[in-house]
Amino acid sequence: MKLNVNGQEHEVDAPADMPLLWVLRDLIGLTGTKFGCGMAQCGACTVHVDGVALRSCITPAVALAGKKITTIEGIGKDGDHPVQRAWIEADVVQCGYCQSGQIMAAVALLKQKPQPTDADIDAAMSGNLCRCGTYQRIRTAVHRAAELSVVNK
Amino acid sequence: MWRDHTNLSSVVEELTRIVPLEHEKAGANRRAFLKAGAAASAGLVVACFMPLGMRRAFAEDVAKKPAQIPPNAFVRIAPDNSVTVLLKHSEMGQGVWTSIPMVIADELDCDWSKVKVEHAPAAPEYKHTVFGMQMTGGSTSTWESFAQLREAGATARALLIAAAAKKWNLASATDCRTENGYVICADKKASYGELAEAAAKLPMPTNVALKKPEEFRLIGKPTKRLDSKAKVTGTAEFGIDVKRPNMLIATVARGPVFGAKVKSFDATKAKAVTGVVDVVQVPSGVAVLGKHFWAAKQGRDALVIDWDLGDGAKISTEGLRADYRKLAQTKGAVAKTAGDVDVALKSGKVIEAEYEVPFLAHAPMEPENCTVEIGKDGADIWTGTQFQTLDQGLSAQILGLKPEQVRVHTTFLGGGFGRRANPTCDYVTEAVQVAKASGKTVKVVWTREDDIHGGYYRPMWLSRVRATLAKDGKPAAWAQTIVGQSIIAGTPFASAMIKDGVDATSVEGAADSPYLESVPAHRVDLHSPTSPISVLWWRSVGHSNTGFVVESFVDELAHAAKQDPLKYRQALLPEKSRERLALDLAAEKFGWGKPLPKGHAAGIAVHQSFGSYVAQIAEVSVADKKITVHRVVCAIDCGPVVNPLTVEAQMQSGIAFGLSAALHSELTFKDGKVEQSNFHNYLVLRSNEMPKVEVHIVPSTDKMGGVGEPGTPPIAPAVANAVFAATGKRLRKLPLKLA
Repeated sequence: MKLNVNGQEHEVDAPADMPLLWVLRDLIGLTGTKFGCGMAQCGACTVHVDGVALRSCITPAVALAGKKITTIEGIGKDGDHPVQRAWIEADVVQCGYCQSGQIMAAVALLKQKPQPTDADIDAAMSGNLCRCGTYQRIRTAVHRAAELSVVNK
Repeated sequence: MWRDHTNLSSVVEELTRIVPLEHEKAGANRRAFLKAGAAASAGLVVACFMPLGMRRAFAEDVAKKPAQIPPNAFVRIAPDNSVTVLLKHSEMGQGVWTSIPMVIADELDCDWSKVKVEHAPAAPEYKHTVFGMQMTGGSTSTWESFAQLREAGATARALLIAAAAKKWNLASATDCRTENGYVICADKKASYGELAEAAAKLPMPTNVALKKPEEFRLIGKPTKRLDSKAKVTGTAEFGIDVKRPNMLIATVARGPVFGAKVKSFDATKAKAVTGVVDVVQVPSGVAVLGKHFWAAKQGRDALVIDWDLGDGAKISTEGLRADYRKLAQTKGAVAKTAGDVDVALKSGKVIEAEYEVPFLAHAPMEPENCTVEIGKDGADIWTGTQFQTLDQGLSAQILGLKPEQVRVHTTFLGGGFGRRANPTCDYVTEAVQVAKASGKTVKVVWTREDDIHGGYYRPMWLSRVRATLAKDGKPAAWAQTIVGQSIIAGTPFASAMIKDGVDATSVEGAADSPYLESVPAHRVDLHSPTSPISVLWWRSVGHSNTGFVVESFVDELAHAAKQDPLKYRQALLPEKSRERLALDLAAEKFGWGKPLPKGHAAGIAVHQSFGSYVAQIAEVSVADKKITVHRVVCAIDCGPVVNPLTVEAQMQSGIAFGLSAALHSELTFKDGKVEQSNFHNYLVLRSNEMPKVEVHIVPSTDKMGGVGEPGTPPIAPAVANAVFAATGKRLRKLPLKLA
């Protein structure tokens, strides 16, 4: 099958039921997208398909042919996306394992709601688990990213 | 758990017996062992600043890289002026990737923007100064290495100054100073990068001067993390991201109940799955190796295994609870006693309560995994681990190698919380077994279900506490019986940490409770029943139970004495005690006693663990039996602070972790099987439930404590006490549920 990931075409030989997560990680070699639960409960595997956040651990890759897939590796150049910059500024990360998914969820949220309230953030981000408990700084960082995005425009 | 044992040197002996460290003998003549007679918390201090030993330890890693200078196990300075800190601790979120380099860089006086960090290899130089093995745990990293790493930085700085003096043909270096990565003398200036190679060849200085605290440029200053960029771009390498040539991915089918053994298995269907390469039996079960995870997982699902379940199939939470209750009615092994508590309990109205906390999985976001490559001259292991020395030693035993032939490459850990500090090295040795049995380079990956079912849980504990009150309302008698499996029994730590039948980690936070000092008759005793269920330290270890029990029960006593919960605690704790400093600061910042929004109530708790004193006040509301935690004010006295941003982050983190346990998480057994399996029924805190946490640090020059764990114990009792204040219902079982 052919997959468009971060603007690049990839020809992959994967079983029909193989989730996108493992195609990305084990066949294409993009390991920024993480495995946390395998049942869309934790959000660590969040990617964008045509700009919308999607759980790659339960989505067969074969269903995504012809669509634009974006992973954490594809959202900015060298960490310069406003959300990534805000994350660094707010000193959000701890172990960091969930943060790819958190950032992908935040980027999708800000596309929908450029100036989210705390309630918007909670609603959009509560599907993304963080065992280190970085939630409070994530909230700060999402607001900061909203500011940085405005400045960027 | 780590700090209060005088005989830790026997841990070292025990480890050396179990894991013969051949390479250590070679270096022994260079190592100075100092007996720290006066320091009760550190029975053995290993002065392991071993400049020359580095060359041997780094033979593999270092030889491939540019000049490694000056000769120092912890820091490398390259001609481009970059300073690479070799981190002996494991970065699992707690921030050592930043705070430890701050300590070295401050004394080295280098340019902070040029500092890079790498995990050190497994080598004797990187042993914990108290525990004698390379490990990260017990909230010890900063204080155990603070003096050692300051000395490392200062020694490197002294060598660079000496090299500059030599370069400039100065009779003495006394007029030289350093500034931000340069040695300066009058009009001469040379960068560390220019000087490093020459510095490496100079003799080691003795008695290097350390900075005075007021001279620190980094230590004590809020400093942002050095691993942020890698972690926001997806480029940080965790164990699960490791890729090696011709590597296969494996999943392992493990027993459905604890202690189960494979009787026989049929791999025909598994081998028919596209992408499956091999199926091998290992001690823990049956491994399926595939070209990718999906093949290995589908293959595993297709295995047909006949298990001998054994006694593990009889376990049920109800059965355990009944057994524990019975035990709690009898006196166990005594951990702490004063006066005649049995007589004292007969002298007044007895207040009695039973508390219970469940088995818990650590559930780090990155499931367990380990990559093993066996080569001609040894083996390489890539994994996120807190226990490098044991991983190395036990893997060497399995492979018939010397420990130094097993090269442990520590990756970032996608959370640890104790799960990756396993004395049995379960997920590492299992991967070694799979690699050995298959002859393949392999990465064993656990699913979330494997993790939740995989054991090494925080033990279930049941506690029975009784007290009587004196006329002034203070406790006159306090008897606490704790029932729960021992974490330490059967591990290399047993000889040092189990005394007279008491596992120190089971009673920590209870036997050493400061409240007992004001109770004339008291006793804390322990029953340690056994079962096939494996248990392990889970962020804050025994304190995760005793903090809840002691702080809930004190609250009950305050209520019985008709006193304010804050004032009651203040009356029991000495005025100058560090508990009081934390408690008073939290109360002041919270505004204790001032009116709260309608329907809100506050609960308080203060608890010392891992050398730090933490008070928390939780503001909660209850609606439709649902507990909402709105705000938590947290005050900590952890002694001198290296990075305030880390302290704040770890308090937020400890609180979030503790709130998962307070509000949601629970593992239960039925017919030997764990009834939960993934995040849909093993619930943890989500972002919409995160309260606003305010962290206040008590200014302190007292003894340095840890920050990774101490934030966790007070939150469950603070919330339970707030729920009582809001509803009049005393909840004595975690997770907190209003019936």
